[in-house]
Amino acid sequence: MKAPKSIKDLPRSDEPLAHIVNADQPPLPKPYGNGAELPEIAPLKAGTADKVVVLDDTVALNIPVPKNKEEEDALVQKFLSGLRKCLTAENNWTFLQPFLLSLEHCAKCQTCSDACHIYEESGKNPLYRPTYRSEIFRRIYFKYVKGGSTFTHGDIDLNWKTVARLIELAYRCNLCRRCAQTCPIGVDNALMAREIRKIASQEMGIQSKECHDNGSMLQLKVGSSTGMNALVVKDNIEFIVEDMTEKTGLDCSIPWDKEGAEILLMHNAGEIMAWPENVAAFAAIFNAAGVSWTLSSEHAAYDSINYGTWYDDVQFARTAILHAKAAAKLKVKKIVFGECGHAHKALTVIADKVLTGDLNVPREAAMPVLRDIVMSGKLKLDPSRNDFPVTLHDPCNYVRLMGVVMPQREVMKKVTPPGRFREMEPHGVHNYCCGGGSGFAIMSGHNFGDWRHHLSGRKKLRQVLEAFKNEPMDKEHPKYICAPCSNCKGQLRDIINYYDAWEKHGIGYGGLVELIVNAMADAKPGFIDWEWH
Amino acid sequence: MDLVPYVAAYIAIGIFVVAVVARFLMWRKLPMHVRWELYPVAHDKRAAYGGSYLEETNWWTKPRERSLSGEVKAMSAEILFLVALKEHNPKMWSRSFPFHFGLYLVIAATCLMLGGGLLAAISPSLMAGGFGKLIQYAVIGCGVGGLGLGLLGALGLLERRLTDPELKDFTSPADLFNLVFFVIAFGTALASFALVDRDFGRAMFFAHNLVTFKMAALPGEGMQLYLPVASVVLLGALCAYIPLTHMSHFVGKFFAYHAIRWNDEPNLKGGHEEKAIHALLGQPVSWAASHIKGDGKKNWVDVATEDLRK
Repeated sequence: MKAPKSIKDLPRSDEPLAHIVNADQPPLPKPYGNGAELPEIAPLKAGTADKVVVLDDTVALNIPVPKNKEEEDALVQKFLSGLRKCLTAENNWTFLQPFLLSLEHCAKCQTCSDACHIYEESGKNPLYRPTYRSEIFRRIYFKYVKGGSTFTHGDIDLNWKTVARLIELAYRCNLCRRCAQTCPIGVDNALMAREIRKIASQEMGIQSKECHDNGSMLQLKVGSSTGMNALVVKDNIEFIVEDMTEKTGLDCSIPWDKEGAEILLMHNAGEIMAWPENVAAFAAIFNAAGVSWTLSSEHAAYDSINYGTWYDDVQFARTAILHAKAAAKLKVKKIVFGECGHAHKALTVIADKVLTGDLNVPREAAMPVLRDIVMSGKLKLDPSRNDFPVTLHDPCNYVRLMGVVMPQREVMKKVTPPGRFREMEPHGVHNYCCGGGSGFAIMSGHNFGDWRHHLSGRKKLRQVLEAFKNEPMDKEHPKYICAPCSNCKGQLRDIINYYDAWEKHGIGYGGLVELIVNAMADAKPGFIDWEWH
Repeated sequence: MDLVPYVAAYIAIGIFVVAVVARFLMWRKLPMHVRWELYPVAHDKRAAYGGSYLEETNWWTKPRERSLSGEVKAMSAEILFLVALKEHNPKMWSRSFPFHFGLYLVIAATCLMLGGGLLAAISPSLMAGGFGKLIQYAVIGCGVGGLGLGLLGALGLLERRLTDPELKDFTSPADLFNLVFFVIAFGTALASFALVDRDFGRAMFFAHNLVTFKMAALPGEGMQLYLPVASVVLLGALCAYIPLTHMSHFVGKFFAYHAIRWNDEPNLKGGHEEKAIHALLGQPVSWAASHIKGDGKKNWVDVATEDLRK
């Protein structure tokens, strides 16, 4: 294993700091084993390191290598300027207290390391410790901003490599905050990664292209990160309604801009493109239950995503306000999110201290709404239609970070036959991230997808394989990972494809609403179409 | 010489109190931040499995049931037994627990001595009888147990910091200095007990004088005097030093749990937080990136409501 020997290697080494090969990683459970037959992470194209900053086996950000001393110095000075702003109440009231507490109080006990799926699946490569980036960040803060003693806080060189690599390293964390859960002091090293991303974005203009240019900027300019404007979305929805009504025999009609509706449903627009059955399933369930609901065609309100959540407070606030404005305009009673984890957390929890007055429209998670509908008896359910093994992935954003744990399990019990549902271990608020969190699921520049499949997503695959360990592992015995979150589904889709888990082992995936509709006795059988995968 | 331990103790207590209060106020006066809770949240009635009030539909119309006992239970277990460390890092816990628990016992012994001294001043007959003996035994138990456990823990932590490659790279010289300081201070106090003050009589005499501002000379000469005086000075210096360093994490931990991890307080429409939020949103923004162009004049409302379609 190639790994840094010290945190001081980050500013000093001229070579990439880490290189992971299959043999370095803990073997996967059967039927995969030690990885001898699996591909290695594809190498970066020759010459990449001459153009952009390379930290390890991959590149997330394309930070250009400075051409001269002036550019090197500018990178350092901009970072320090951003860090100073991050320490002011004006510019960073949003996170100042949590940020400072985590900066000042880490005991460097490494308790958090073993909680991190990326660190664990890297074969415990020190570069991927939650504390590696945080400790460098802290030392920069103490030495170069506070002017503190290196005797007290430790030393670190500050040059362009420190800055560029630290920012790149902030994109080796899923921001799942599992590490923070284990910290005896309450330090949040995931937040530290987010604050580094924030300085990079808000001060230096360095972002992941997928999250910023093709993500939040596209949403704010056009209305959706998918590039769809309201007309295109409506067209697509019309097609979905037609197709799925025919497929299910249920009323899959979708109301638009219904003023005074009980619920404004906000989908991740990625569902419309990639998983239209999910959008239709919500419609079928709500219509069958007699819910008063609507979608909104207002600018950005037909796409619940808020990528600022991962890297930029301003982009976050801009999107949250557009979402809230749409709800206020329609005078709906509440906003309910479709199966999108970060959208839940963004508007329900984080934006809670941003939205006031008319914009403070109540927000709630999809899972309790679905639980209430399923428990109400308004749907005629035949769980035997879901007669296959099912496991449940807990999306970090509304489970660990919002405490929505039981409703989806209560639904699961109602829509699957006895003995078919099995938990992953660990699960609930102690779950592991799917590996696609914090934007990774949509990032695949260079060979980032490979890195994701080998490191950030591998723990989830391990959990899935363990959950299904007593099942026949072939395509004739399909097994379902229920992942009620768009980004998690995207990540699972990629992992399943990369490891050929459907073709070889019959592991498929989908959301929770698909399981509900598949169990609806009034629907034509076979809503879950395994060949989706 | 007679005054040295008293002056040292008063100064140490003064610095400790001022520094802890200052830290507490520093954390407290920071502005409201966005919600960033992490489940389980101890005061939620669903804390056993990590659930929250957000599991209910129309949660804003329902009374939220907060369990103070849940918080007290979680905090007590965390403070007294470092349960998070025990669960997630047992190797470190085997050193850190005796270190912290020893510290608590030393604090308990100190409080008992000071309390006993005060009681003796108010009611000499009470402390002269069986109750006084009971206090003395408690002081001996807590004092010796605490110093011993603390010393063992500090030595264990020092050994880990010096030898474990996982910790070594992250350890600053001050981290080692702090542990050595504990070893010397606790070691000296333990030596004072073993060689000079087996019944903690001198220590209790000193505490009594301290709370009654008598400042009478400690008995004995040579090592009989110097060892107890050295103990007081070293423990006093340690007491004053702790809140000036990151070892003051006990203050930060309070906020990390109560203001962040467990802060699930919703901002309800028309509620008391809206005014504070308006003030925060009115602050100027100076972030320089091209998608913000914060010039120090535009405020958060301006940048957050900018229409990028134009």
